[in-house]
Amino acid sequence: MINKDAKLNSKIFSDETEAIPIRNGYGDGLVVAGERDENVVVLCADLTESTRSEAFAKKFPERFFEFGVAEQNMAAVASGLGISGKIPFISSYASFSPGRNWEQIRTTISYNDSNVKIAGSHAGISVGPDGATHQAVEDIATTRVMANMTVIVPCDANEAKKATVAAAKIWGPVYIRLAREKTPVITTDETPFTPGEALILWESKKPEAAIIACGTLVQSALVAAKELEEDGIGTIVVNNHTVKPMDGDTILRVAKKTGAVVSVEEHQVAGGMGSAVAEFLAGRHPTPQEFIGLQGVFGESGPPEKLIKKYGMDVSDIKRAVKKAIKRK
Amino acid sequence: MPLHEEKEKELEEIANKIRATIIETLEHAGSGHSAGPLGMTDVFTAFYFHILNHDPKNPDWEDRDRLILSNGHIVPVRYVTMAYAGYFPLEELKTLRQINSRLQGHPHRGSLPGLETTSGPLGSGLSQACGVALAARLDKKKHRVYCFMSDGEQDAGNTWEAAMFASKYKLNNLTALIDRNNIQIDGYTENVMPLESLKEKYESFGWHVLEIDGHNFEEIIDAVSEAKAIYEAPTVIIAHTIPGKGVSFMERDYAWHGKTPNKEEAEKALKEIRTLAGKIKSEHE
Repeated sequence: MINKDAKLNSKIFSDETEAIPIRNGYGDGLVVAGERDENVVVLCADLTESTRSEAFAKKFPERFFEFGVAEQNMAAVASGLGISGKIPFISSYASFSPGRNWEQIRTTISYNDSNVKIAGSHAGISVGPDGATHQAVEDIATTRVMANMTVIVPCDANEAKKATVAAAKIWGPVYIRLAREKTPVITTDETPFTPGEALILWESKKPEAAIIACGTLVQSALVAAKELEEDGIGTIVVNNHTVKPMDGDTILRVAKKTGAVVSVEEHQVAGGMGSAVAEFLAGRHPTPQEFIGLQGVFGESGPPEKLIKKYGMDVSDIKRAVKKAIKRK
Repeated sequence: MPLHEEKEKELEEIANKIRATIIETLEHAGSGHSAGPLGMTDVFTAFYFHILNHDPKNPDWEDRDRLILSNGHIVPVRYVTMAYAGYFPLEELKTLRQINSRLQGHPHRGSLPGLETTSGPLGSGLSQACGVALAARLDKKKHRVYCFMSDGEQDAGNTWEAAMFASKYKLNNLTALIDRNNIQIDGYTENVMPLESLKEKYESFGWHVLEIDGHNFEEIIDAVSEAKAIYEAPTVIIAHTIPGKGVSFMERDYAWHGKTPNKEEAEKALKEIRTLAGKIKSEHE
């Protein structure tokens, strides 16, 4: 059953659910953050429209800086701004930032403890036709491994907006992972969002497994939970939007309550959100876990929904994984 | 403007002390880089003892000039110069590269007040300096931003991305200085990856370019004054230096880029530096 406290969109299981690209929420959030704090500046590497930095650029042209195709420079310039009282947001595709400029992020932003926010759009294979070069499927791993990096993976445009506004208030480096394609809007303005606090979206009366999801696939996790419930299998669905620092209390609680975990993310299973969950539980409450995600291969061109199906991340895959995890108890 | 003779003599004497302490510090540390720090000693001396608007007792002073060191591996010269300038006791130099030290092998901003940035991996210091200069402009601050780079890191694409950016936004509060000592780890710069003409490269990127002798205090100080007067563009000072300057067996030998003297070599080097100190003294007498 849907957790009423999550105040989710009432049309969540209907075909009429509005779908908006998650990156749009980033664009809206930038404007709000910019209005609230004049130290917010936005940097972009030739992808202003695509990363939705455009609205900020129009509203605050004196606080918007265009770098051209130079992500390494963008990251290190942001580092200089971030140690000088500014709150820079750097916007690009995740394949390039934090892809190409990972070392600059590590040395000049993370180790240098600079107050920079990194927005990586076009994450996951649902990027679709552009193909694997543009489908970032390693970015959660490469950002969460940095010592002081906060990593947030919003599940829809509403949450992305809240995450962007919240990131401006968090001191230090933050990575926000965004997606290209339209994603069903499952949360509302009233849905609670606090970085570092996972949100339970669904809880059956007798849950047998916990589905811990983040990003674009949270909605699929909910659909899987509903269908499983109809089959008599109860679950808990957790929106684990903050991969780092992770809400260990909630993860531990649902693992203890159900005894089986399925992690769901549009990312390589190696090093991703599921790995973070496994690392956490291994030391505290070892729990059988199934991993939904990319299984060590690159994506390819194609329509997003077909790619999600081909690479084993759709609703039926999640349901199968839940049943398998339960059997392993 | 000719530098007052007394001031010049004072700077020479400080630089000499700094060179001797660099040798002692490196010998004690047992690893690190020798040639670069000795080659840039005169430049660091000129900055910390004449050019920079700074306060060693208040390293976080908001209106201080920012000196960003891009080629972090020459940081021993910065540590020694900072110690002589009064940032921390000379005694602490013995902790360089040791455990629990504020003096990391490559500079870490969070470890020691007075270090503006973290650096080591080459090619991103100019970008960081651009960000610091941009923030100063947004806040309408008057302080200057300086960025010291090596010539070797001109190989890095990131450096030229930053050069384009500084030019686009006409960051005239930023002055870069390249230590043109012609060596890098693998050999002479022109063999490893030819850089010339560096002057024309920067000019074509829209910078105001000055070339000086990096061991001549008057030229260093005059170049910085000229840079302050250029409003149309950022300025880069190409400072020709001798790697290992002051120690004959280290001078111009790229083998000394990335190693430190042992006890015997250090004694020999110190003897030379002290003789040079005597020579400086006698020349001024």
